Amino acid sequence: MDAIRVTGLTKRYGEVLAVDGLDVVVPAGSTVGLLGGNGAGKTTTIAMLLGLLIPTAGRIEVLGHDMAHDRFAALARMNFSSPYIALPHRLSVEENFRVYGHLYNVPQISRRIAVLAEQLDLGDLLKRPAGDLSAGQKTRVALAKALLNTPDVLLLDEPTASLDPDTGDLVRTWLERYRAESGCTILLASHNMAEVERLCDMVLMMKRGRIVDRGSPQALLARYGRDDLEEVFLDIARDRNQGVAP
Amino acid sequence: MIGAARRVWGMMYRHLALYRRSWPRLLELAYWPTLQMCIWGFTSTYIASRMAVGGQVAIGVLLGGVLLWEVALRSQMGVAISFLEEIWSRNLGHVFVSPLRPWELVAALIGMSFLRMAAGVVPAALLAWALYAFNIFAMGPVLVLLALNLIVMGWWVSLGVVSLILRHGAGAEALAWSVLFGLTPFAAVFYPVAVLPAGFQAVALALPAAHVFEGMRATLADGTMPWGHLAWACGLNALWLVAASLLFARQFRVARERGALLSIGE
Repeated sequence: MDAIRVTGLTKRYGEVLAVDGLDVVVPAGSTVGLLGGNGAGKTTTIAMLLGLLIPTAGRIEVLGHDMAHDRFAALARMNFSSPYIALPHRLSVEENFRVYGHLYNVPQISRRIAVLAEQLDLGDLLKRPAGDLSAGQKTRVALAKALLNTPDVLLLDEPTASLDPDTGDLVRTWLERYRAESGCTILLASHNMAEVERLCDMVLMMKRGRIVDRGSPQALLARYGRDDLEEVFLDIARDRNQGVAP
Repeated sequence: MIGAARRVWGMMYRHLALYRRSWPRLLELAYWPTLQMCIWGFTSTYIASRMAVGGQVAIGVLLGGVLLWEVALRSQMGVAISFLEEIWSRNLGHVFVSPLRPWELVAALIGMSFLRMAAGVVPAALLAWALYAFNIFAMGPVLVLLALNLIVMGWWVSLGVVSLILRHGAGAEALAWSVLFGLTPFAAVFYPVAVLPAGFQAVALALPAAHVFEGMRATLADGTMPWGHLAWACGLNALWLVAASLLFARQFRVARERGALLSIGE
């Protein structure tokens, strides 16, 4: 079964075509990386997948639910983390988790919070106001919030932004384990190419609102004759390797 | 339905947790109604002392007007400011990727508005009783009907304000404080609609508040139940509430089309 199925997805703001006819299928249980430079359309695509933004054209199905007509059934089984969207900063971390636990109808919230606090090393942060945390701590808290409802589809925007290498590695290891244990589908937007190479089964390369290439990290490396995804990213961003067929 | 109730409670818990941590917010709830009661209480006491007859009725009309208009003001601000809290904390992006329906958010805002209104108006009512011997509860059951109409009026006005914020962003937030004050001259809080110029009377009679205050004055003057005024207030509230709900639904969809739910705090 496909976790996400997108057909002809288009978003236009007046004269600006932000996303141009995307066709994407994300198999259940896979981790897919969404790569592209600033303004490539990644955030717009994620916002449409989450129902925050209504597409100009096209169709989105998540977990078999049409997001145009039945998005709440899908949203209950999805979650999202981004360092660019804040949690109420005067509430403590635990209070924030309780709020979202109620919104996602999480059973036994206290127990779930305790489990996530232990797994993501948040025990000392639970009573602190969310606004008082460091950038790295906020990123970990946002990730924990995204895991409260044990989602079947997880959308992550820069999940390890602002984390030191050690904590970043812990989070990546944890995400790998979580996916293996839960069978969760992960769509990941990141500028950390090493992270994408490590976590993703498939990579979608976006540019000017379109998917210009796609494949597994290994397939892309082979296709572009490069040693790492960063070089592939630069080839695509700078229109090098024109002869490479998508 | 249990899921919906839990989501509504989740949003209310978010605001209650905020008040628990912020004494200035708690103080602000009662500050203005209490101040209003002090000013109008002494003013009406002075006016009554200069009147040969009808002084107590004058005190009742003025203080009843102050208290009941605060019910509408606090009800309206309660919804609008609770919504603004989401914008100020840049939290809408998280809220609307959860299964929370827009009407559930509105229900939570209304719940918070009711609590905020009670926290603001009840101390002022007790102050009126203690300082000026004016017991608004002596009006009896009709007080509940009058107050309910003003509460509902606060809701639909605030739905209009929230719609404007969704449309124009945080730049429209000043309306959360000012819009109902702007309607005060037409609400006939302290005077009969008949004293207004003809054009103003038409506007006043389109507002439930004018009928509520006409009803309040009738009750205070001779103890009659103002059924006619109550019927008008209820009917107008129903019409305005439907119109404001349609406007909110429309502006929420437009916000989703424009991507404003992510950028509205900017």
